Amino acid sequence: MSAVSVTKKEPRNFNRAAFFQRYGVGLALILLIIFNLIFTPNFATAQTLAVNLTQVCTIVIVGVGMTLVIATGGIDLSVGSLMAIAGAFSPMFFTGQLIPVDNLYFGIALGIAFPVLIAGMFGLFNGWLVTKFSIQPIIATLVLFIAGRGIAQVSTNGDLQVFKVPEFQAIAIGRVLGVPFQVWIMLAIVIVAAFILHRTVFGRQVLAVGGNEAAARLSGIPVSRVKFLVYFISGLCSGVAGLIVIAMNSAADANLIGLGMELDAIAAVVVGGTLLSGGRATIIGTLLGALVIQLVRYTLLANGVPDPAALVVKAGLIVLAVWLQRQEQA
Amino acid sequence: MQKISKSFGGVPALIEASLEVMPAEIMALVGQNGAGKSTMIKILNGAYVRDEGSISFNGTPWTAASPQQAQRAGISTIFQEINLIGYRSVAENIFLGREPKRGFGLLDWAKMNAESAALLKRFDVKVDVREPLERFSTAIQQMVAIARAVSFDARLVIMDEPTSSLDEAEVAVLLRTIRQLKAEGVAVIFVSHKLDELYEVCDRVTIMRDGRTVQVSAMKDISKLHLVAAMLGRDLAEVKKRGATAFEESSGANIGGELLQARNIAVGHRVHDASLDIRKGEIVGLAGLLGSGRTETARAIFAADAKTSGDITFNGQPAAFKGPADAIKAGMGYCSEDRKAQGIVPGMSVAENLTLALMPALTRSGMLDEAKQREVVDRFIKEIGIKCAGPDQKIRELSGGNQQKVLLARWLCMNPKLLILDEPTRGIDVGAKAEIQMLIRRLASNGLGVLMISSELEEIVEGADRVFVLREGKTVAEFDHQNMTESKVMHAMAHGHDT
Repeated sequence: MSAVSVTKKEPRNFNRAAFFQRYGVGLALILLIIFNLIFTPNFATAQTLAVNLTQVCTIVIVGVGMTLVIATGGIDLSVGSLMAIAGAFSPMFFTGQLIPVDNLYFGIALGIAFPVLIAGMFGLFNGWLVTKFSIQPIIATLVLFIAGRGIAQVSTNGDLQVFKVPEFQAIAIGRVLGVPFQVWIMLAIVIVAAFILHRTVFGRQVLAVGGNEAAARLSGIPVSRVKFLVYFISGLCSGVAGLIVIAMNSAADANLIGLGMELDAIAAVVVGGTLLSGGRATIIGTLLGALVIQLVRYTLLANGVPDPAALVVKAGLIVLAVWLQRQEQA
Repeated sequence: MQKISKSFGGVPALIEASLEVMPAEIMALVGQNGAGKSTMIKILNGAYVRDEGSISFNGTPWTAASPQQAQRAGISTIFQEINLIGYRSVAENIFLGREPKRGFGLLDWAKMNAESAALLKRFDVKVDVREPLERFSTAIQQMVAIARAVSFDARLVIMDEPTSSLDEAEVAVLLRTIRQLKAEGVAVIFVSHKLDELYEVCDRVTIMRDGRTVQVSAMKDISKLHLVAAMLGRDLAEVKKRGATAFEESSGANIGGELLQARNIAVGHRVHDASLDIRKGEIVGLAGLLGSGRTETARAIFAADAKTSGDITFNGQPAAFKGPADAIKAGMGYCSEDRKAQGIVPGMSVAENLTLALMPALTRSGMLDEAKQREVVDRFIKEIGIKCAGPDQKIRELSGGNQQKVLLARWLCMNPKLLILDEPTRGIDVGAKAEIQMLIRRLASNGLGVLMISSELEEIVEGADRVFVLREGKTVAEFDHQNMTESKVMHAMAHGHDT
């Protein structure tokens, strides 16, 4: 312990790593947009914007829940499988397979509310494993990562459920002010979550649990409840994302919905600047992170680089983000 | 080991310390936290490199490059936490890294198991050596560690607090093993805070304090009281004048009715029968050697750990707290001894750290009342003199003393009835220390009950209105302010009974 009682001065010299850590994602996004405006034909069109935004919608929505989970020092691998569960159950409601419903809109309401809640319940199961048995989150959520997709496949007999219900599909492809409805959903979730994280007691508790769990517990913070809630929220977000996927495809394939989503979401969170060890998180960062990853891929594709090569670049971005995090901690 | 010096980042941990052990001798090594025992051991076994000094082993100069090399050369160390592999069998653990082979890289299991069993039999340990190690008690695991050490033909075995997690019967087995080692001509360095054990088994004792070797004596020539006095750096003849701390003399006039009563608290292996009571406006000291169960008792009162048995009454009500949240609601606060691991949330600001426990009161329909938070934080930064660039500065950038003030403020803003302070001034510079001590006294005179754990005797004797002394998990003495002297407290820490 230092024997000096004055407070340490903020480092005067420009801390490059800290700067990139904080503003790097936003900066990268701006640079990418400028680059594309100059080099990519037809970039500044509503069409391009819509394509790119719909590509990231589900990643961002799942990423929001993931950000909260990671903020407590946890991780949620089950998100993709929970998407599949929500996506597989939903058509059963609005096509009247499960319970015959006369009113179409009532059926759609059920087909939205129930699957999202079911996904949330599975999220609670994750929280239960993590808190009650102190299982490491990566293992606890691995359970549903594996079993969740199985549940979705069994409940649909592994069949593709094709439907044509434009009223339901509006949640993904309907447009308000020329912007796809799913983008509005994404923005709403991002804004609400950012508000929760930075302005509410719950948000503060999430960061305290991730920052120092022992201290949080000794300060009377209900650590278990906080963890339960973040996994619940992550489940709900996955449910919403699952519905958007089937609405876009007008079909539910339990084998494919949300496949690999956990990794895309974690990548967005990390590139966005949230600390993987917990205690510091940014929802807006996750949004920007997802956008950067998407835009890098789009830029490469639009300029004739094949997709497999784009994957390598995406991996490079993640390495860069992690490296920046380590720089700041050191 | 002669004139060993070692510094970490300019801070000396050892200053010309020395240690000498004869063959077949059991040497006790004692000292307070930070006295340099561990550093000494780690230099001997090659985990650290000494800055200065010389070591000879078996008559030849000795330098170990690593604990592994030391082990092969005949110096084995057995740490508090057993560093063996729980899932592998007893025999595998004993032969880990030098398994007998049969050619083609195959293990000679028969030989390994037979030799292991024979080895353990020397210590009267009869277990199935093919069973995984984790199936056995901590004591047996320790025996296995010792057997492993001996199987390297160790000439010197270092044991760093081997008995801290053992029960009485297990300790007896371990001490028998140590005597067996001695009988075979092996020297032992035995680090422990349990004086009875030291007197039972050791031949001589080396006492360390502040990085120096302050006394070496035959065990039978030194009384427990002298030993404790040497550890704490107290001269028995001359009890220091008052004034070493910033605690003002308490008039006792503000002390009110009973606030907390804890009866016959037991927690795991560490606390067996701790009892204490605290009145309103009173500073109660909790004294005891390292490992006497002070922190464990405090954590049990705060419900941070579950107690095995015992009754607690708080504010006239039986306290059946399920966790810290309940204790806080009832009006308790607890500053842990490990500021970094259990106190601060390093990535959060001063303001966020300060209001961590207060949050429920700052909530307006789930939202944080930022204005009110600001008001509370500003008031406490001013009131207790927290030196920081502002409420939004990260707490990890503050000095230890200022971090501690923030943690005190975390509880004070809750307006608690009882504050438990575990080593409130550890690792804090002199100036901040005095400020904190004055603050504690001021709070008590306003009616706050304080339970203060401290390893610094003068802090207890000068600061506390009453003191309870713990020894090996039992309350052994209670002194009120008139009867409290350093020598009496020390005597109780060493011997137990309060005369």
